[in-house]
Amino acid sequence: MCDTCGCNVTHGNAHLVQPGGKFSKTESGHEAVSVLRNLLHANDHTALHNRQHFDRHGVLAVNLMSSPGAGKTSLLEASIVALRDEFSIAVIEGDLETENDASRIRRHGVTAIQITTGSACHLDAHMVHTALHELDLSGLDLVFIENVGNLVCPASFDLGQHRDVVLLSVPEGDDKPAKYPVMFRAAELLLLSKCDLLPVLDDFQPENARRHLQALANPAPVIELSAKSGAGMQQWLQWLRAEHTALQHRQASVQAATGATATTGTS
Amino acid sequence: MHELSICQALIEQVEAVARKESAVQVLQVRIGIGPLSGVEPQLLEQAFQLARAGSIAATASLLIDHLPIRVSCSQCGQESEAKVTNLACGTCGDWHTQLISGDEMLLLQVELVREAPAGIMADETII
Repeated sequence: MCDTCGCNVTHGNAHLVQPGGKFSKTESGHEAVSVLRNLLHANDHTALHNRQHFDRHGVLAVNLMSSPGAGKTSLLEASIVALRDEFSIAVIEGDLETENDASRIRRHGVTAIQITTGSACHLDAHMVHTALHELDLSGLDLVFIENVGNLVCPASFDLGQHRDVVLLSVPEGDDKPAKYPVMFRAAELLLLSKCDLLPVLDDFQPENARRHLQALANPAPVIELSAKSGAGMQQWLQWLRAEHTALQHRQASVQAATGATATTGTS
Repeated sequence: MHELSICQALIEQVEAVARKESAVQVLQVRIGIGPLSGVEPQLLEQAFQLARAGSIAATASLLIDHLPIRVSCSQCGQESEAKVTNLACGTCGDWHTQLISGDEMLLLQVELVREAPAGIMADETII
């Protein structure tokens, strides 16, 4: 959301601020200034800046969100190994404390920038912006942002990523999308992780997770996978390849359009 | 508890509005929160008490407007109210809907007292 183009004002809420609407003046008669701006305006502004930075370098930025222990770092390790000859990858790691996850990633010869948030339960665009100052995007294809393990707060903060991927691990239970609607509504891809445990945790029904996601009107694809057994990994890697290609195409058409405008401007 | 970060961002915006409007005091801050914004209004109220301290809004009250969830159906084209855990169309029941309201967290309005123009006594301040 932004206040530049007025997209905060949808036809669902416009009546509130129009003359005669309930926010056009205050009941006490004091002077009131209408603002109608997202509370996280500053964050969104920095997120836009981050996204433009990724775009300029043709780097796909993927934000991984889940509860703690759902297997984000294991998935990243398996993905790095599988894509080693194909993509140049870097990782931005968000944790309250420790460099443990960054160390795990670095063991695979991949650059990892650790953000320790202290007591903050989420990453925000400013933290990612600071991390980007330490990360040279030239020559990279893919940046994973591993958000702080938390199914609540990270969903509210745009970081400048291109895609939001949410992991739901089998031991957590298949009703998590119903319990954490804001997070699962944000998912552009849902990964049901640790699916090698499905035979022992048979009360987890992938179909139920899909049904709960649909109840949130979210058409995101769902992939069952296990970083440990390798099941479903090919589908996930294929999704990444397709997203990376789509980004390159978007960038090419933006450049073509900019080039065309520049030509028109000088003629 | 990300409500404190959000309130700090809110206070920064309120301060910017107050500066622009040459305000000397902020009386009330009015925000609109949708149930799908991911912020808890009650926690926001508590966080506001902390975040406002030392700012131009130090004594301001926070008014929260609870915005409804509304969806527009891609199948039947109707708009309807929906619930947090069920965003299906209220008319035909299809789940292919677009959210048109309910995920907002917006600063709607700042009620303020302006600086007295030169030549006017303080007690004649026009507000």
